[in-house]
Amino acid sequence: MQTLTRRENLTGWAFTAPALALLGLFMIYPILWSLYMSFMTGKGMNFKFGGFANVERLTKDPIFLHALGNTLTFLAIQVPIMIILALVFAVALNNPRLRGRAVLRTAIFLPCVTSLVVYSVLFKSMFAEDGVVNDALLFLHIISDPIPWMNDPFWAKVLIILAITWRWTGYNMVFYLAALQNIDPSIYEAARIDGVPARARFFKITIPMLRHVILFTTVLSTIGTLQLFDEVNNITASQGQGGRPADATLTLSLYIYNLTFRFMPSFGYAATISWVIVILVGLLSWAQFRLAREK
Amino acid sequence: MNRLISVVAQAGMWLAAFISVFPFLWMVTGATNTANDITGGRFLPGTNLFVNIAKFFELVDAGRVFFNSFFVAITGTALTLVVSSLAGYGFEIFASKARDRVFAGLLLLLSVPFAAMMIPLFVMFSGAGLINTYIAMIAPGVASIFMIFYFRQNTKSFPHELRDAAKLDGLKEHQIFWFIYIPVMRSTYAAAMIILFMTNWNAYLWPLIVLQTNEMKTITLTVASLATAYTPDYGLIMIANVLATLPTVLVFFLLQRRFVEGMLGGVK
Repeated sequence: MQTLTRRENLTGWAFTAPALALLGLFMIYPILWSLYMSFMTGKGMNFKFGGFANVERLTKDPIFLHALGNTLTFLAIQVPIMIILALVFAVALNNPRLRGRAVLRTAIFLPCVTSLVVYSVLFKSMFAEDGVVNDALLFLHIISDPIPWMNDPFWAKVLIILAITWRWTGYNMVFYLAALQNIDPSIYEAARIDGVPARARFFKITIPMLRHVILFTTVLSTIGTLQLFDEVNNITASQGQGGRPADATLTLSLYIYNLTFRFMPSFGYAATISWVIVILVGLLSWAQFRLAREK
Repeated sequence: MNRLISVVAQAGMWLAAFISVFPFLWMVTGATNTANDITGGRFLPGTNLFVNIAKFFELVDAGRVFFNSFFVAITGTALTLVVSSLAGYGFEIFASKARDRVFAGLLLLLSVPFAAMMIPLFVMFSGAGLINTYIAMIAPGVASIFMIFYFRQNTKSFPHELRDAAKLDGLKEHQIFWFIYIPVMRSTYAAAMIILFMTNWNAYLWPLIVLQTNEMKTITLTVASLATAYTPDYGLIMIANVLATLPTVLVFFLLQRRFVEGMLGGVK
């Protein structure tokens, strides 16, 4: 590190000051406040100190436990499916023998351009009971009866998983493509000459070389899925309320939103749930870092 | 065997591409169909386009809604670019132990989800009487940790000799930033600008909380409220969808390379 004069040091603070002031006001202060509020009970603006009363309430609140279960289900199923798909697409697109690579890459990336709200609305209309997706599946004889995508707790979860996968696979793929292009082709050439089969090349060269990017995208996807809101408040919503049917797609973020803005506000309890998300993000990121290091 | 695999791979990729693009086609043909045709699964173009357009403009104050969207997206993007690039430049060029510690702290904050800040932010803004204003919409996003990180990473490629030469010429530190750094780093700014514009244009949860009247709503929020109505009319909603998606799709196709660069951020 260079040595700075006193003047340069002050200049450094001056450049960073506007951002730090704003972050203090709109991020650090709210985070501390919500931590403080999670020890408060009461409705509306009448708080009183409740110690760990909110944490106790969590363990007895069936809706919270349900939302937690749903969120973790989405996470455990959707993130691996998407990461694997994105990896497969990236490897395929990186192969010069694949025809139409530019078109394919653009097409698979295109979903990232839409807003979460717009694509949610599109999915809602495509997955209507007598909608285009059921029509296609019936026509191809994959199913014999229309699937009740929006009215069955199981299929509603499947629908949300399909939707998120559609929206984010191309996004993750771009990271892998960029990383693949940085791998020296001569490594593959040498492996091929040594007679290493394609599958072994994938698992012994590609995956280890992409370890850091895979870790990075997994952590990003975990954070994103733990905060899932837009989709479940728009796709599996009816009459202005999300998370349907029978709360089968209710997520932690949606529950926080409902507790704060739909019902009589319970700021303290809602803040406690938001800290559950913070702790989950912390724990899972830590676990993923450990896992990536050991490999 | 190898041939078979490559045929399967080729077909699989085209299927994936078709699935990726289909909802866009669905949206465009949907705009020409009636609500019943859309939920009934009709994917051929219909004749209801002008009826849908008329209904959309009758129900939505389109001028106002688009003004809101553009105003919020452009102002938010410009402010974020300035504030975050100033900080990224400061952290990199004037690196010191103390500032590096602060920077590490910021990266840690990156993993705190918005849900943990949303309620206090709402209470703060309503306490200040700023609910339902542009300020409330824009202010919390102006200092973006992700963008500070992005600019710091990219500043590593900013040639120090340029700064030294400018100093010899008698330029002050802030002049170096405005007149040397920004022009030299314009492609970094372009990529960041695209991503920020898209993020602001597509924002949903925070605007949903702070914007309460129809005349303050952005096009993204308008789409959501049309679609969650008691009896949603998908014909006019498809018009809204097309209009909401058009700017970001255009930016994507015109500036594809920069777009992807911005998305990758500082990670390469």
